[in-house]
Amino acid sequence: MTVNDKKIEILELLEKDSRLEVEKIAKMTDLSVEETNQLISEMERDHIIAGYSTLIDWTKVLDYEGVTAMIDVKVTPTRGVGFDKVAERIYRFPEVEAVYLMSGAYDLSVLIEAKTMSDIGRFVSDKLSTLESVLSTTTHFVLKKYKHDGIIFEGDDDDKRIMVTP
Amino acid sequence: MSPSSKTTYLSKTVEQLQPSGIRRFFDLASKMDNVISLGVGEPDFVTPWNVIEASFHSLEKGYTAYTANAGMIELRTRISAYLKKKYQVDYDPEEQVIVTVGASQAIDLALRALIDPGDEVIVVEPSFVSYAPAVSLAGGIPVKVDTDPLQQFKLEPELLEKAITEKTKAIMLCSPNNPTGTVLSKDELAAIAAVVKKYDLFVLSDEIYGELCYDEKHTSFSQIPEMKERTLLLSGFSKAFAMTGWRLGYAVGPSEIIKAMTKIHQYTIMSAPTMAQHAAIEALDHSETSVQEMKKSYRQRRNFVVKEFREMGLNCYLPGGAFYVFPSIQKTGFTSEEFAEKLLQEQRVAVVPGNVFGRSGEGYIRCSYATSLKQLDEAMKRIRAFLQTI
Repeated sequence: MTVNDKKIEILELLEKDSRLEVEKIAKMTDLSVEETNQLISEMERDHIIAGYSTLIDWTKVLDYEGVTAMIDVKVTPTRGVGFDKVAERIYRFPEVEAVYLMSGAYDLSVLIEAKTMSDIGRFVSDKLSTLESVLSTTTHFVLKKYKHDGIIFEGDDDDKRIMVTP
Repeated sequence: MSPSSKTTYLSKTVEQLQPSGIRRFFDLASKMDNVISLGVGEPDFVTPWNVIEASFHSLEKGYTAYTANAGMIELRTRISAYLKKKYQVDYDPEEQVIVTVGASQAIDLALRALIDPGDEVIVVEPSFVSYAPAVSLAGGIPVKVDTDPLQQFKLEPELLEKAITEKTKAIMLCSPNNPTGTVLSKDELAAIAAVVKKYDLFVLSDEIYGELCYDEKHTSFSQIPEMKERTLLLSGFSKAFAMTGWRLGYAVGPSEIIKAMTKIHQYTIMSAPTMAQHAAIEALDHSETSVQEMKKSYRQRRNFVVKEFREMGLNCYLPGGAFYVFPSIQKTGFTSEEFAEKLLQEQRVAVVPGNVFGRSGEGYIRCSYATSLKQLDEAMKRIRAFLQTI
């Protein structure tokens, strides 16, 4: 196995569980703790590991209110920098969770999370639509999240096997 | 004979069969709460979704009738192509492949097709708990050959040769092995093959864990020169594709034996479940990525568990396949049964005592690592705590 294979293995493990202890990763990948730490540090330095986040099903949190929307945005690309400039203007807003350049009927897909629906309305009408390059927006509200980042929210992961088998 | 003289209606063969030692542990463990089970001989993954979907689709299409006795020809063709790709051995899907209800049924059919009363079949131990009883049920005599723990439980040709008599007809082999995880290399298989040829024996090669080899490519016994004609390759979908509950296996080998097995199958089982056969086609056609992902996860967990046992001071070799580790508990002074029972009572961790797989398994425990890392981690903590109290 090459160093790169080991890096990929570490990344896959961390992608599934970013809280996985280095000692366990080391044992699973057959590396020493020092080697594992070094590879993780290298990948953090190179921004291969861009951050560590936690996937939370907020709907299960008492009294929490929040709304997610996906907005299709048509824009006019800027000479020299294409879509990058307008994308940056959008992703800098803290309520924007994700921005993707898309092929097809629209150009940018913007994922936004806010406290209320009117907060999202305000963001779209005051901030997004008023950007010079933005031609049109279509806002879709998320009604329910079934699966996100590969995790099934309502999944039942009980072990259905009997206790001892041949 | 007076009408009341019978004490039992049971056959003597069945009466003499011992209940599996695994069953006793299941009964003990299932009555307790908060047990972490390392006693499970099956994947913790659910069957890949595309495979489950294929069975839904087959039902929606109305495929609810019997298939051909030997299995759907489409599936037999896929099995043949899969083995050709994996091992470069050719099997005619029409004549040399039979689809069975799990590899267990393939073992039963094979033994019934081969054995006459009194024939001896060599069972290499530690072994899967069903082999010896299956030989007895077929009317044969299981002759147990112990393997040496210091040789990682690999069958040494000299030991095999010593067990052969004029009545020996066949050998049951299993690589990767349940319960030890031991994988026999091509050279080791070739050495066994030399003995097989010398005494004109037949081999039942259980290769159900063949996809789960972590360090080297799996060698099938049928790949060894001149062995294809005297080998029945037994396998199935349970372990590689996480399909234990679908009960689908197969056997490939010489036409006359497959034909004989099909005859018995036709009179006993008729055919394997149709929706499971449709699912198996999808498994062979489109599940390579899922199999590789599961395999990768097993390898990581194997590495983790072996290192943990070694850190605890228990001798544990690195098994090359399946999803079991077989650490030695000899230094604790307990027998395998005592160790497993105390561990279960005191720390609520279920493992299987090695002696249930044969006397050479005494002093060892079988731990399946086909369970989540979280569970494995907790189990290792509990075993560590248990060791500190004894």
